[in-house]
Amino acid sequence: MEWEIVMGLEVHTELATKTKIFCGCSTEFGGAPNTHVCEICSGMPGTLPLLNERVVEFAVRTGLATNCQITQKNKFDRKNYFYPDLPKAYQISQLYLPICRNGYIEVKGADGEPKKIGIHEIHMEEDAGKLMHDEFEDCTLVDYNRCGVPLLEIVSEPDFRSAEEVIDYLEKLRAILQFTGVSDCKMQEGSLRADVNLSVRPKGQKEFGTRTEMKNLNSFHAISRAIEYEARRQIDLLEDGEAVVQETRRWDDNKGYSYAMRSKEDAQDYKYFPEPDLPPIEISDARIEEIRESMPELPEQKKRRYREELGLPEYDTEILTGNMAFVTLFEETVKLCDSPKDVANWIMGEVMKLLNDSGTLPEDMTLAPAKLAAVIQMVKSGKINRGTGKTVLEKVFTDGVDPESYVKENNLAQITDLGAIRPVLEEVIAANEKSVSEYKAGKTQAMGYIMGQAMRALKGKAPAQEVQKMLHELLD
Amino acid sequence: MQIDRDLVMYLEKLGRIELSEEQRTASEKDLQDILTYIDTLNELNTDGVEPASHSFPVANVMRRDEVKNAPQVEEILKNAPEQKDGCFVVPKTVE
Amino acid sequence: MQITDMTALELASAIKAGEISVREATESFLDAIGQRDGAYHCYNTVCREEALRRADEVQKGIDEGVYTSPLAGVPIGIKDNICTKGVKTTCSSKILENFVPTYDATVVQRLHDAGLVMLGKLNMDEFAMGSTTETSATGVTHNPWNNDRVPGGSSGGAAAAVAAKLAPVTLGSDTGGSIRQPASFCGVCGLKPTYGAVSRYGLVAYASSLDQIGPFGRTADDCAALFSLIEGKDEKDGTSMVNPKFDLEKALSGEIAGKKIGIPEDYLGEGIAPEVKAAVLAAAEEYKKLGATVETFPMPIVRYAIPAYYIIACAEACSNLSRYDGIKYGYKSPNAENLMDTYIKSRSEGFGMEVKRRIMLGNFVLSSGYYDAYYNKALKAKKLIQQAFFDAFETYDMLLGPVAPTTALKIGESLSDPLKMYLGDIYTVMINIAGVPSMAIPCGFDKEGMPVGMQIIGKPFCEAEILSAAKVYQSVTDFHKQSPKAE
Repeated sequence: MEWEIVMGLEVHTELATKTKIFCGCSTEFGGAPNTHVCEICSGMPGTLPLLNERVVEFAVRTGLATNCQITQKNKFDRKNYFYPDLPKAYQISQLYLPICRNGYIEVKGADGEPKKIGIHEIHMEEDAGKLMHDEFEDCTLVDYNRCGVPLLEIVSEPDFRSAEEVIDYLEKLRAILQFTGVSDCKMQEGSLRADVNLSVRPKGQKEFGTRTEMKNLNSFHAISRAIEYEARRQIDLLEDGEAVVQETRRWDDNKGYSYAMRSKEDAQDYKYFPEPDLPPIEISDARIEEIRESMPELPEQKKRRYREELGLPEYDTEILTGNMAFVTLFEETVKLCDSPKDVANWIMGEVMKLLNDSGTLPEDMTLAPAKLAAVIQMVKSGKINRGTGKTVLEKVFTDGVDPESYVKENNLAQITDLGAIRPVLEEVIAANEKSVSEYKAGKTQAMGYIMGQAMRALKGKAPAQEVQKMLHELLD
Repeated sequence: MQIDRDLVMYLEKLGRIELSEEQRTASEKDLQDILTYIDTLNELNTDGVEPASHSFPVANVMRRDEVKNAPQVEEILKNAPEQKDGCFVVPKTVE
Repeated sequence: MQITDMTALELASAIKAGEISVREATESFLDAIGQRDGAYHCYNTVCREEALRRADEVQKGIDEGVYTSPLAGVPIGIKDNICTKGVKTTCSSKILENFVPTYDATVVQRLHDAGLVMLGKLNMDEFAMGSTTETSATGVTHNPWNNDRVPGGSSGGAAAAVAAKLAPVTLGSDTGGSIRQPASFCGVCGLKPTYGAVSRYGLVAYASSLDQIGPFGRTADDCAALFSLIEGKDEKDGTSMVNPKFDLEKALSGEIAGKKIGIPEDYLGEGIAPEVKAAVLAAAEEYKKLGATVETFPMPIVRYAIPAYYIIACAEACSNLSRYDGIKYGYKSPNAENLMDTYIKSRSEGFGMEVKRRIMLGNFVLSSGYYDAYYNKALKAKKLIQQAFFDAFETYDMLLGPVAPTTALKIGESLSDPLKMYLGDIYTVMINIAGVPSMAIPCGFDKEGMPVGMQIIGKPFCEAEILSAAKVYQSVTDFHKQSPKAE
């Protein structure tokens, strides 16, 4: 039998605000336990939440970038459950009137044609704290630093039919979130988390099969593997005449398998009800337009601008806009050295190679645009040649050296004083009598050898054209 | 609405409390009386009525995205029954 | 006149005039508490040392012109569900028996800025759930008019302290009548402000959409003065509202002539004690004499107020009280061995029966399958109740009615029957649902000498008008001047 996989995604993304959603505590990642905590986010009796206006703006940006309708009168609800990472024992979220609804993101479908993945809703909510197991005393320690960090939950329709579609959607979504400045989307730090709802059904069947939800998917690679594993598991069950149980499963990427966390049958009753402490949010048409106009460029807009204003080829724009880190590096560097095509070439060539070789994610890259610009400028002005440029950039990338002082300290600059070249060439000619006489006898290939010897003597620091010209002057 | 023992026990579970047998029996009766009274609300015609939210029209009360708080770990943990390494302590949670 | 016999405004002016020092005033009340509170149990915590230290500080501030508020130097008692930095705030519950807030409620901060001196924290029903103070884990407060009677609740300690002259003024909270009903039972004045008029920041939540903090005093003037210090928008409470500044002068003007007063006839129907009804009607006659018009009008929605109230209040309460889990603060059961135990045992041992009952009721009306039939239905009823008040205020400037169907009950009388206790809230809960302000003042005594109270209900944010109406009534009557015999 031929099976069809049906998937929907719940993506949580932490917003790049300075403060938490309902209090003035910092959202900075890390920090000693409970140092970004106040009486509000630790749920002290008598405290009240106060909404961070930036969260609403970011939610609207995301909604607009994903073709959603903005719910112009929306409000918060309480989701009640007991767990030590949730100090109030309720999470302030949006159930009844989420801020965005009915959007879509276009991905590449199976036939290569564009396919729309529906977005059911986007809602605002608060993150929970962190639990750490204490091995020595066999207890759990609770840190509320993350508690109250603003989240958007982006819920798709069950429109995915392959892992490729899922990854394409996540890449597009990540680009949107990064380009709009809404989130840095660092999966390692948990600022982008995706849960996959998956079921299978015989191809052609209309009804959905029983679905499972997979959690703890920490990289795109893990998501692909988990989907493959879960689809196979469900198909095997069904082919053996067994049933799929509706449950939440946790993916273990080291072991390459998932296991059931808790079955949904004894799922908790979240007792949602409208949050009485927060007044509703009203977003006027004018406000939506204001947010739309102040929104940073999306990938498509950037591509067009790079083509039309900077004259980059289609291919380059595609690569550069694939990641916000490249965009930032590109735009900042161009500002400093004003040669877009050169900058694009360096990023697509050397920078990407260095990232690849060192296994660094673009978002973790520390390369400063000023340093890249300096390297490019030195090559362009002829101060160093392209080969030296590559070496210098590598040093910049790995050790963070200052390119100009590095070139100076290591004496890598091109010899620009032609007077200094001539004596070296004369020595080379004297030392290679045989080749010189061959050349003079008409064997023009001999010039290649002489030239090589000359460049070696000059340690590659003289412009080759000048060297060749001078050799001709000396020999012809 | 008919209240029975199972429902009382379910409500205990939802509220993370546990009654003694005696309290449970009494609660069954008390909750029954209260809910029977509450059910008179069914006589009120609410067709076409929008559920109320806040008492007075107020919306968009928000704060600016500015960090206001300095670390205050000691204050935060001051009332904790148990603490360790700057954290609250709970019995082991099992996944 | 003894210091403890003075009204808060009299005391403040004597302090301002230098006739009495802040320390003398504070010490007088602390001594009175020391001598007589053993019989009443109004206070859960008395802050003697801190109050005296603060008294000297305030005296200095008054002398230097820092504190110029109408109540500068006046001692005050605070209900034990309003957070006070460094002073235990227990909500009269075992689960918070050792909780010491790390911050001040906004109202406490404002009182501090106005130069008042806190005497201590006042007894209440556990988490403000009850109408008698009998659900307090620290024991019942006795009614100063009769030791065998309850003071009402939930702000029983706050009302009784004023009646017994153990504080000139106090702050309480009112979710379904918790200021007005004890004021009525204890023969003092209490104001439940408009929802949003006073910041709730630092008030330990019972039912967030209904809770309001308000003043108790022996006169309408004292309530007006105290209200003027605590009201107004607070940036920490998103539900507090920006309003034209409350006009204390206007509130003390005593204007009533030409006003139209409505009495909901459903407030005088079945269940009301004849003496209570008679006292309220007599008050209506007084208002007529003063130049107001008074008439009755139907308000049939009254009968749905209690069901709607208990659904909404318990739903919010079960959520608000879920944070008490023995992890971050408060009581943790020594018998807990695992996480589930920590929750269940800490909460079962920490909460009293009335709190548990409301938690269960709240969980029921919110649980899946019942939400629409109960919670959502109650929100629709709330809409209709708001509409009924809106309609009434199209015709009337203010409404008049009893606070409770009876005078203070005997201790132990209603505890055994929760529904009976709930039904006593019939005239007060509607006002919280509608969010409008209401002022309770004494208007008579029953034949056993227990005080009878009435309430004057105003349009949203028209506290000045109802305080003024109360003041004018008190200028021609002397019920508020009666005091219980000291025990």
